[in-house]
Amino acid sequence: MINHIVLYPILVQLFFAIVLLFAWNSVRLQKSISIFGCIVSLALSIWLFITIWTKGTLTIQAGNWEAPFGITFVADIFAATLVLLTAISGLAVSIFSAGTILRARFKFGYLPIFHFLLLGLNGAFLTGDIFNLYVWFEIIIISSFVLITIGGEKKQLEGAIKYFTLNILASMIFLTAIAVLYGLTGSLNMADLALKVAEIENRGLVEITALLFLIGFGIKAAIFPLYFWLPASYHTPPPAVMAIFGGLLTKVGVYALIRVFTLIFVGEDFLETIILSIAGLTLFSGAVGALVQNNIVKIFSYLIICHIGFMILGLGLYTEAAIAGAVFYLIHDIVVKTNLFMVSGLIYRIKGTFSMRDLGGLYAHYPMFSLLMIIPLFSLIGIPPLSGFWPKLALITESFKIGNYWLIGAVLFATFITLFVIARMWSEVFWKDGPVLNKVPNFRYFQLLNKRQKLQMIVPMVFLAMVSLYIGFGAEHIQRLSSRIAVELMNNQLYIEAVLNK
Amino acid sequence: MKTIILKTASKYLLPLLLLFSVFILLRGHYLPGGGFVGGLIASIAFVVYAFANGLEQTKDLLRIHPGYLMPVGLLIAFVAGISPMFLSALPFMTGEWFAEPLAVIGMVGSALFFDIGVFIVVVGVSLTIIFTITESA
Repeated sequence: MINHIVLYPILVQLFFAIVLLFAWNSVRLQKSISIFGCIVSLALSIWLFITIWTKGTLTIQAGNWEAPFGITFVADIFAATLVLLTAISGLAVSIFSAGTILRARFKFGYLPIFHFLLLGLNGAFLTGDIFNLYVWFEIIIISSFVLITIGGEKKQLEGAIKYFTLNILASMIFLTAIAVLYGLTGSLNMADLALKVAEIENRGLVEITALLFLIGFGIKAAIFPLYFWLPASYHTPPPAVMAIFGGLLTKVGVYALIRVFTLIFVGEDFLETIILSIAGLTLFSGAVGALVQNNIVKIFSYLIICHIGFMILGLGLYTEAAIAGAVFYLIHDIVVKTNLFMVSGLIYRIKGTFSMRDLGGLYAHYPMFSLLMIIPLFSLIGIPPLSGFWPKLALITESFKIGNYWLIGAVLFATFITLFVIARMWSEVFWKDGPVLNKVPNFRYFQLLNKRQKLQMIVPMVFLAMVSLYIGFGAEHIQRLSSRIAVELMNNQLYIEAVLNK
Repeated sequence: MKTIILKTASKYLLPLLLLFSVFILLRGHYLPGGGFVGGLIASIAFVVYAFANGLEQTKDLLRIHPGYLMPVGLLIAFVAGISPMFLSALPFMTGEWFAEPLAVIGMVGSALFFDIGVFIVVVGVSLTIIFTITESA
């Protein structure tokens, strides 16, 4: 049965996580297994993507219980794309971890947990059942708690408490929302819910439930005003962990928002107004937050928040072109943000600090690295023809069509501030002659690493930079992909038919 | 708590509780019970033994570190889950059953092996947690 391939990305991650647990005592072996596992996972994800692209949506019923009673796994083109991006970022971060994570962290099971995190991500993208989505979210946050605390440094624990508290709160709200929804409809299958929610007459109750989902996913996606945990915790773990968090974790929240608000809660004017205002405020507040920071990782954290606004904006505008723009931005953002945190990790290895005031002179001493780092930085701003430019174009055009100049203002403001922040970072970190820094004792500077470790830091950055360049220069392909995703999302009948075989 | 009463009782409680946990594991498919509860009861058996006789003796009794049980259990559950995909091309987690019931145990199928996997994972996890806390206390 060809349908089996829907589950392969999930199963392969679970399998390699178990194999890694067996290799608990040998760090070297674990590193090789992890990288090999990520390559296998990437190959399977490409296979899944090509199959879905040619044959359309595939579904499988776990345990062979028919929908809407059993748990359905649905691979539509949106899910397949995100699984593919997870595999790409996962491979990059796996190689990067092998080169940068301390031995002590590996000894406490860093890599198995990393693969459990990827398992949770793939599961969240592929599931077609809202309660199962909750379970995958739990797997994601439990793994991320371990990843954020492993190593047990003081600042890590401080960040972890903030991260933990708000994410548990988000899960509780999400669970409450599911309970209310189940009470209203008696179903948990998302396709079935879409049919049943449309028939409910008490729209006020539906809107409140939708708001609960918005808050639950919103905390995870770090939208205004629920984002405070993100800049307070993301700068604490090692750069490899930051990369996978910054690249993928908030994006699962965005994925869930897009899925729920295009499939189940459709066409509520009240919600659209709220989502649009949140999008504008997220763009504004994230940008302002990035403006005042000195720590480069904190700047990137605020830029994550700011750029979540673009995706939420596309969802709020709710036209085909706008959703396509949001999806394009999502694809671009996962690759670029993962790469940016690895860039900050490399800068930290070279200089031993994240502070912009103390950094400097990178361009003079490391011209090739600077060239490599300029790709994600400029893609992030969206300097044409790099990848961030194209989706913003679609979003601005669509805001223009509905005549909402506040939104256009917010988009332009966020883009301008991103440009300003990155330009300032460029002049401070790369151009300026930095102060002479005291050597930190026992710190493993980049020059002291052996050749293999150096390669393990540089190769994933080159890999992701190549993907970024492809997204920018092959924008036509990505645009065709996102338009197709948008068409499928806007006609939720397609999804419902695929799941329920009607 | 090294009292002679508890020490003597724990000698008999250990096999009884282990037997009970297997009973709970087996009845779990249609009735209350199953791998998770069974695993908890099995770990209680070892915890009671550790209270009475000390941590070192319990570790000698187990021979292996309980942490090793986690991947073993996960692997059994994983193989039970994917077995229908290879045996009869049915979706992940579909129940595969032997045609004839076994004496005492009853019908045997992939669900039982999944539960055994859960049982082992739960024993591994809870004992690892409790042993770690006891060691550091």
